[in-house]
Amino acid sequence: MSQNFSLFTRMNKDLPLSILHELTYEIQVSEVMSPQISTLPSTISMRDVKNVMRSQRISGIPIVSAEQQKLLGLVSVEDLIRALEQNKLDAAVTEFMATNLITALDEEPVVEALKRLERTGFGRLVVVDKKGNLAGILTKGDIMAGLLRALEKTYHRVEQLQQDEQSHHFFAALNSDETSLTLRYRVRAGDFIKGGQASSNIKKALQHIGATPQLARRVAIATYEIEINLIIHTDDGGYIVAEVRPAQIKVVAHDDGPGIADVSLARQPGYSTASSKAREMGFGAGMGLVNAERCADELHVWSALTVGTRVEMIFNVAVP
Amino acid sequence: MKANEIAAVIDGEVLVSPAVDVEVEYAFAADLMSDILAFARPQILMLTGLINPQTIRTAEMSDIPLILFVRGKRPPKLLLNMAQAAGIGVLLSAHSMYETSGLLYQAGLSGIGKLSVVQQR
Repeated sequence: MSQNFSLFTRMNKDLPLSILHELTYEIQVSEVMSPQISTLPSTISMRDVKNVMRSQRISGIPIVSAEQQKLLGLVSVEDLIRALEQNKLDAAVTEFMATNLITALDEEPVVEALKRLERTGFGRLVVVDKKGNLAGILTKGDIMAGLLRALEKTYHRVEQLQQDEQSHHFFAALNSDETSLTLRYRVRAGDFIKGGQASSNIKKALQHIGATPQLARRVAIATYEIEINLIIHTDDGGYIVAEVRPAQIKVVAHDDGPGIADVSLARQPGYSTASSKAREMGFGAGMGLVNAERCADELHVWSALTVGTRVEMIFNVAVP
Repeated sequence: MKANEIAAVIDGEVLVSPAVDVEVEYAFAADLMSDILAFARPQILMLTGLINPQTIRTAEMSDIPLILFVRGKRPPKLLLNMAQAAGIGVLLSAHSMYETSGLLYQAGLSGIGKLSVVQQR
C-alpha cells in the first residue's frame, strides 16, 4: 500500500511513461495473461494446428502429452510457416514445435516476463504456476492491454482520492469563530422555465465548498421541492435563503400568501391542491413536503391564511 | 450500461452525450418528477415521457447522469442545451415507456426493486 501511495503522489509530477514502468513492477503476470488457453495433444499434425489457429485466431498453442496433459512444447505461427515452406503439413506437431520453452511464473512481476521476451526475441511465453502446471499464455499485446487497464484504474483511484480529500474538508479553508455563508434567491410564481435555478445554484455552491455528494444531493432535492411549491402555490412567489455553516445547513423558504389552510393535511402523502399546469410539469402529486421531509433532518412549517408560509429545513453535516 | 449501449438496445438516439461516459446499473421510469425525486437513486438511468425544463432540473438535483425520453418525443433545443450545461446525457426512444423499459430490462438493466406501500390521501 505504501508503494501505491508513493505512486499516487508522484503521478502529478512524472510522465505517464514512468508510471507505466512502475506498473510493470507492481502487476503480476497472472493479471495480464490470457488465462483461457486451448492446448493440443502431441499426436496431431501441423495441418490440424493450422486449422485451430485459423478458427480460433490464435498465434501460439501449447502442446501437451495426450495422456498426462504434461506440457511438452509450444507451436507458433512461425513454426507453421516453416512447415508450409517445407511442404510438410502432414508432419506431427512434435517435429516443428519449440521444446526449449521460455516460461513465466504466474506470480512474478510483469517486468520479469517483459525482460525475458526482449532477451529471447520470442513472441509469447507460456505461463506456469509454482507446480509447473500450465496457467496461461502471455504475449506483448497482453502486457500492453493489461498495463493500459491498470493505468486507467490508477488514474480513477487518484481522482477518487482527490475527491475524497476535498469532501472531507467542508468549509475547512475558512477560519473564524463563527463561519456562515448566506445564499438568497427570489423565486417567481408560475415560472416553470427558470424554476429550479435557486436549488441548482445552492447545490453547486455546496459542491464547490466541499460538501459530500450525498449531502449536496439531499439539500438539492429538498430545496427543489420547496422551490417548486413556491412556484405552484404562491400568489407572488417568495424567497429561498440558505444559511450554510460548517456543521449545519439551514434552508428557509418564505412567501406572502395565500397560506396553507391545514398544515398537517398538507404534509400527508398524496394531498394536493395543485393546478393542472403544475400537474403538466410533473408535480402536484402531493409529495413535495413529504419528499423534502425525507431528505432533511428537520422540517418545520408555519403558515397562516392570507399571511403566508415559512418552511424551514435543517440538514446536519456529517462529521467524517 | 453506457449511453451508446442503451441507444443500441432500444434502437434509439443519443441526443446529448453525458459529460462522463458513465456506466448505469439501474433505471427508473416515471412521468411524475416528484416520484423521481423521491425514489430514484443517484447514478441511474431516468426514463420519462415528460418534456419540460423541470425534467432536466429533476435529474440535476438527483445526480442522475442519463435521461431517456420515450414515445418518440424529441425535446426542444432549449432542453438539450440545459442538459449539456448540467453534464447530463439525453437519449431518445421511439418506443413507448412500457416497451422501452422492457427492452432495457431484457438486456440486463435492473430496476430499483420493490418499494414500500404508502397510503395516499
